[in-house]
Formats: sequence, C-alpha cells, structure tokens
Amino acid sequence: MINTNSTLARVTNGRKKRSKRWKYVASLLCLLAVAAFSITLSLGQSFTPPQDVINVLLGENVPGASFVVGQLRLPRAIISLLVGMSFGIAGVAFQVMLRNPLASPDIIGVSSGATAAAVFAIIVLHMDGTSVAFFSIAVGLLVALAVYGLSYRNGASGARLILVGIGVSAMIESFIVYLLSQAQAWDRQEAMRWLSGSVNSAQIHQALPLIISLLIFGGFLLSRSRDLEALRMGDDTAHALGVRVGMTRLTVIVSAVGLIAVGVAITGPIAFVAFLSGPIAARLVKNNGSLLIPSGLVGACLVMGGDYIGQFLLQSRYPVGVITGALGAPYLIYLIIRVNRKGGSL
Amino acid sequence: MIQGNAKHIGLLQQKPIALFVVLVALLLLCFSSIAIGTREVTWQEIIGALQGQMNTMGEASVTMRLPRTVLAIFAGCALGLSGAIMQGVTRNPLADPGILGVNVGAAFFVVIGLAWFGINQLQTYVWLAILGAGITAIFVYFISSLGYGKSTPLKFALAGAATSAALSSFIVAVILPRNDIAGSVNSWQIGGVGGATFDSIQLVLPFLIVGFLLSVFIARKLNTLALGDDIATGLGENVTWIRLLAWLSAVLLCGATTAICGPIGFVGLVVPHLCRLLVGVDNRWLLIFSALVGACLLLSADVLGRIISRPSELSVGVVTAFVGAPFFIWIVRRQRVREL
Repeated sequence: MINTNSTLARVTNGRKKRSKRWKYVASLLCLLAVAAFSITLSLGQSFTPPQDVINVLLGENVPGASFVVGQLRLPRAIISLLVGMSFGIAGVAFQVMLRNPLASPDIIGVSSGATAAAVFAIIVLHMDGTSVAFFSIAVGLLVALAVYGLSYRNGASGARLILVGIGVSAMIESFIVYLLSQAQAWDRQEAMRWLSGSVNSAQIHQALPLIISLLIFGGFLLSRSRDLEALRMGDDTAHALGVRVGMTRLTVIVSAVGLIAVGVAITGPIAFVAFLSGPIAARLVKNNGSLLIPSGLVGACLVMGGDYIGQFLLQSRYPVGVITGALGAPYLIYLIIRVNRKGGSL
Repeated sequence: MIQGNAKHIGLLQQKPIALFVVLVALLLLCFSSIAIGTREVTWQEIIGALQGQMNTMGEASVTMRLPRTVLAIFAGCALGLSGAIMQGVTRNPLADPGILGVNVGAAFFVVIGLAWFGINQLQTYVWLAILGAGITAIFVYFISSLGYGKSTPLKFALAGAATSAALSSFIVAVILPRNDIAGSVNSWQIGGVGGATFDSIQLVLPFLIVGFLLSVFIARKLNTLALGDDIATGLGENVTWIRLLAWLSAVLLCGATTAICGPIGFVGLVVPHLCRLLVGVDNRWLLIFSALVGACLLLSADVLGRIISRPSELSVGVVTAFVGAPFFIWIVRRQRVREL
C-alpha cells in the first residue's frame, strides 16, 4: 500500500520548491536586467549621476545630461531591452518546440529570411522605418511557413524541419550576398554593420512596434506555454496529453517568427541571442517551470551587456552582434558536444 | 555484392556510353561558355581568338572568357569530386563542403591572414585557405561524431551550420574595424570564376593535381569502406589510413578551389547524388562521373549567371545555391530523417 498522504505532501512540496526556484531565478534576472539598464543610462563616455538620470527620465531639463541620457542612451537601452526580450522568447519557443537547443531561429533560416527581406527593402525598394518592419515580418512568416510546409510529410518531424531550414537558409544567404554585391560600396559597409546586428541607430519611436509585437506574439506564446511544456516530452506524449501538436507547432512558429522579424527589422539579426538565451535560462531554472520569461530576460541582459562591452570596453567600437557572436561561438561548440553526448533537450 | 543489388546499379548500365554523353555535354558547355557573354561574338572571332589573335573586340572578349572556362572546369571537377569523397567516407548523404562549413573555415583563415598578417599574395591565400578548410572539416566531423550513436545527417548538418554561423560572426568582427580590407574580402567572398587568369589557375593547379591523384588512389578503397569498418578491416584494409587520405584529398580539392573562386556551395552535394542515380554506387565510376558532371554543372551555372542578369553577371556561387538548395531539401524529404 502506498501512503497517499505522504505522496501528496511530497508532490505539493516539490511543486512549491519548483515554483520558488522559478521565482527566485526570475527576480534575479529582473534585477540583472535593471542593473544593466541603469548602467547603460548612467555610465558611458562620461558618468551621469543617478539623480540626474532620474530627473531626465521624469522629464526635467538637466543641462548636459538631457541630451546624452535622453537622446542617446535611453533609446539605446530601451531598444536593447525590448529586442533582447523578443529574441530570447522567440528563440526558446523554437528550441522547446523542436526539442533541440541547436534549433534556434538563427540557425534554421527564420532570421536569415527576415534579414534578406529587410536588406531587399532597404537596398532595392528604398523603404524605411515601419514599412521595412512589415515587409520583413511578411517575408519572415512566408519563409517559416515554407520551411514548415516543405518539411511536412506524414506530420512535420522536428529533425526534418531543422534540415529543411538549413537548406532554405543557405539559399537565402546567397541571395543576401547577391544583393550586397549589387549595392554601392558605401552602402555595403553600412549594410554589413546592420547585418551583424547593431543598436547604434536606435530611436525612441522604434520602441512602439517592438512593444506591440511583444504584447501580441509574446503574450500569445505565454498563453501557450503549457502546451509548449508538453511538447518538450515528445510529440506522442504531448498528443496523449491532449495537445494538438500540429496546430500548436504552427501557431508557435507564427508568433515566434513575428517576434524575430520585428526585432530584425529594427536592429538587424543580433547573432546568437535567440540561440543562447534559452539554454542559459534552462541551466538557471532547471526544469522548474516555463522558460519563456527567464529566457526573455536573459536575452535582454545579453543584448544590453554585449552592447556595453562593444561600445566601451574594447579598443574599437563593435556593434553588439559581433560581441554576442564571439561570446556565443565557444558556448555553441560546447552545446553541440553536450547535445551529441546526451541527446537533445534543453 | 554491389553489382548484385539491382536498385543500386543505376539508370545507365552502359557506363562507357554514359561517359561519352557526359563528355559531349561538357564539350558543348565549354563552347557555350566561350561563345556566350555580354558581347555577342561571331564564329570567325571565336576561331580567331582560339588561334591566339586579338585584333577585334570580339576576339579580345573571347580571350578573356578562356581562363574562366578553364577555371570553371577545374573547380567543378574538384568540388564534385570532393563532395563524392566526403559522402563516401562519412557515409552521410548530406556531406558537402558548404554544409560542412569548410568554405567559411577557408574564408576565416584568409581574412585573418589579410587583416592581421598583411598577407596579400594569392600564393599564401591558397595555403591559408587549405589549412582553414582542413581544420574546419576535421573539427565539424569530430564534434558531429562525438558520443551518443553515430554521426547522423542531422547532427552533421547542425554542427556544420553552427560552426559556419560562429565563424561568420568572427569574420565580421575582424573586418568591421578595417575599412581598408573590407572591399577585397567582400569581393573574395562573393567569389565566382569571373576574375580568373591563367596565372591564378597555375597557382592552385599543383594542389588540385595532388587531390585528383589521391582520389584515384582511394576510389577502390572507398568501395571497401562502404561495406562497413569491420568488414573493411577484415578484408585487410587500414581503415584509419584510408579515411585520412580521403579527407586529405577532399580538403585539398575544395580548399584550393575556395582559395581562388571564393565559397561555392552545393556543387559537392548535388553532383554525387545525381551521379549515383546515373551510374550506381561503385566509387570507381562515381568519382569519375562526379568530377565530370561537377564541371558541367559549374560551367552551366556560370553561363546561366551571364545570361540571366545581362549586361552584368550573377556570381556562380549564387546560381549554384539557387539550384542546389532545393535539391538539398529534396534529399532531406526523400530519406527518413532520424530524430535526434
């Protein structure tokens, strides 16, 4: 006979412990993000006292600080935060759904689709601002749906989706190379800077589309997080638990691509943020609940931290994407080795 | 054993006839590569230019097209062959210099050489590119076959894609603060056979020849390897040694090609699969056909690139990616992919 009472107590205890760990990690990451945000605001080429920063944020006119903090640092910090969150959430959604930490949007072609669209819109169609964002969302979605459709054969297998994604992304990248070869030389350097992901030209009005996409797509993903968790256990198990696997996969793809595409249209594809956030969050949270919010926070910290390092801590100024790319590479290789050794799961 | 399996014999059982057809196709493509371009030329001009005259503009442009035709043939042979060898030695249908990240590895080394060591001679590029190609190939193969089962196509492609992504971002990091080298790196990365001269071909020719000779030497041994490591060892082959020679040959071929053409993807992937449909899995024939069909593919991609976007040109790497990527997807869809 099993003592039902003690089993129940154990389950309740375990659940409490897990949710405690989740809250603990989430608040720690929040703190870290706030810290990175304040450092970006107050410490640049020159130091601005916290009092002045707060005054500027409250709308007062502080001589000397208003321009630096309000016009230069604030947009940068806000865009970094929002883009990082978008990439982090979208990346982990893909990784959880496909049960493979390597299956992030940067690697399976979603990001490159959105990027190609944005490059095309900028170089050939001479669009700017919001229209680039819309165009790149549309094309990003189209690419994602094409990848999904092409990998659909007696149900969409995760592994096939990844491989088809790699093929599609190779094709798109050669298209980008072609576009760049047609561009003028002075456009090319600019395009490369943008292609590697940069928040240099961040402006405050760009925050609006990011907030909207985070609310719509991010909110939708959060509402689906239970189904996503079920997908982590495998398609068959998820199916048995009452999840409509195909439908969930499709809607998750659509919303994750939305997040990625809006971010890419504004800052360019910041390398490896979507890829790194999920596994880092998973290491911190340790199977104690949904990864979406922690991963979004990790993404925000990565972009803000990477941007700060790229701006001030190195000899020449690098866009944030180069820093995250260089930091991400060794981790990536570690991850490949670990995945191969243990089998794929976050 | 190989001949016994009807499915694997291939469409064309008369291999000499198939060989003849491919050679004729290659000749026709050579001719069109010389004749077709931005400037229309007459028969007299083509014949005159082939005899070494340079009196009219037409003859001059035909003379310009000669080295790129030769380079396209060599590069196509080398890429097709290296793809076939890689697929043979890894027994992985997705093996290809592009997928493996070898191209980006070569590019990475060349960029480092340009930026940090001020190297600007083609001679040194070639060595750097081959070194980069070799290290990347071994690295990707190594990590994709670490632990937990064999190296599956999925692991392989992911390891290659991930390594390429990481190396590309390093390349950008090296180039961005260096306006002075950005132009030359960019033009190298776009690649193609358009800028070929007989001098540059001469530089890589020794590497290609060594690669070709090695591939001739290992063709039969690859057949033994296809039976599985245990059986091959039982038949008295030194498996490690074959592998090593095969990789060396594949890396020499694609590294040298990348050094002067820039990264050209998908030729190494598509060609061996096509040839396997044509002539079956016997590596002795497969390697020969892969080389010839590779040359045909690259030549036609080059000619196509000149026709599509007249009066400018589309780089051959872009054309092959657009032909090759759908083919890659087709292969992925055709075979059962194992879940990781």
